[in-house]
Amino acid sequence: MQSMGDALGLAVALVLSGDADLLEIVLLSLRVSLTATAFACIVGLPVGALVAIGRFRGRSAVLIVMNALMGLPPVVVGLLVYLHLSRSGPLGFLGLLYTPTAMIIAQTILIAPIVAALSRQVIEDLHVEYAEQFRSLCLTRTQTVQALLWDARYSLLTVGLAGFGRAVAEVGAVIIVGGNIDHLTRVMTTAIALETSKGDLGLALALGIILLGIALGVNAAVQSVRMAAVRHAYV
Amino acid sequence: MTYAPLADCGEETAILPLAVRDLVLRLGEATILDGINFDLGPTGCTMIMGPNGAGKSLLLKLLHGLIAPNSGRISWGKVRPTRVTSRQALVFQKPVLLRRSVAANIEFVLRARGKDVARRDFLLDHVGLAHKAAQPARLLSGGEAQRLALARALATDPEVLFLDEPTASLDPASVLAIEAIVSDARARGVRIIFVTHDPGQARRLADDVVFLERGRVAEHSSAAEFFPEPQSDAARNYLSGKLLV
Repeated sequence: MQSMGDALGLAVALVLSGDADLLEIVLLSLRVSLTATAFACIVGLPVGALVAIGRFRGRSAVLIVMNALMGLPPVVVGLLVYLHLSRSGPLGFLGLLYTPTAMIIAQTILIAPIVAALSRQVIEDLHVEYAEQFRSLCLTRTQTVQALLWDARYSLLTVGLAGFGRAVAEVGAVIIVGGNIDHLTRVMTTAIALETSKGDLGLALALGIILLGIALGVNAAVQSVRMAAVRHAYV
Repeated sequence: MTYAPLADCGEETAILPLAVRDLVLRLGEATILDGINFDLGPTGCTMIMGPNGAGKSLLLKLLHGLIAPNSGRISWGKVRPTRVTSRQALVFQKPVLLRRSVAANIEFVLRARGKDVARRDFLLDHVGLAHKAAQPARLLSGGEAQRLALARALATDPEVLFLDEPTASLDPASVLAIEAIVSDARARGVRIIFVTHDPGQARRLADDVVFLERGRVAEHSSAAEFFPEPQSDAARNYLSGKLLV
């Protein structure tokens, strides 16, 4: 078995070589996970905000379910999406199975609850501070949600980042609905799984290191934006 | 699904004068306000005074509609709104500023109320913050933050402006700046209802004074009568600096 040092060297060599296959896999990983994160934010942020400011019967139960859904098993999500998108499923006519779109759908379902639950907490904390002022200003519910989402934007970046982290590192769902097809649906995690099963642990480790580097890079970028916001008292 | 009550802002009728009758507010077992009665005319500046815990700030929130009384009646003009109306604005003791620039804080209110956003520059200039328009609002000093909160309140074109100890903890220059803005608003016809602990400030601004003690109106009289000859022992002791226990 190759050492971590060998794997790191291989990872650097792979990146420096500008390997077209590797680049394709990395770009597809980013496209799928960033798109899924965007959709999850579009759905999850307003849901989180509405639950944050809402006071309704059964709210505690909703919070419990939202928090529980953060731990959705990826393979279960993958299976459910597979059942819906397979030829005999209700959405089979769309022909989406084993496409990047199916992977995006699965990842969106997986991370939308994470975005909703975490954003609910962030927005609720902010709402405690703003609620009386907003009522005094006669804001509508829509205006309240919009204002809270905007003013919490830098904190919500971290929420989005948590969703992206879960998506880009996820393998169970995308391998079921994507199929790990070379040049079509192969992403970093499924490629790592494949290389590991083939016994090419060095390449798998190298891919893992590249994946880790991407995650670190995205985190660093978001963190720098957040720190700038803190300096300007926007957090 | 129902939500925490939001302001009922559909009332566009002139809302003055104000009549408060038998207003009672209880929080848990404690009776905070106990049978409050007074009338306010359509113009001028009313100072609400009294020792800590007299219920001044809660009275202001009741009048503004942020909280509901346990019993009693608040009648604004010919209507009886149970919630805050768009004809009122409240400046809190500790201003809640949005996590945006100074200018964006004003723009937000103007847009929310469907007003002309071009008024932003006038309002910033009016409160002396034009040079800080692009700065983050939450980095303003206490006095500047309160002036921004005032500008934001004035952006709503209120008929009634409530101020809840807006100059507490501010330096004399900031206090005078706030008072100048409030005086200007009054001169423009905005009805001012101002909570303060500061007798000097009350003397400078008040047309009349509502003095609260232990949740009751101890005295309501014109400023010309109140300061030289307060009628109640509570007000007399307060103005002479004696502690009210």
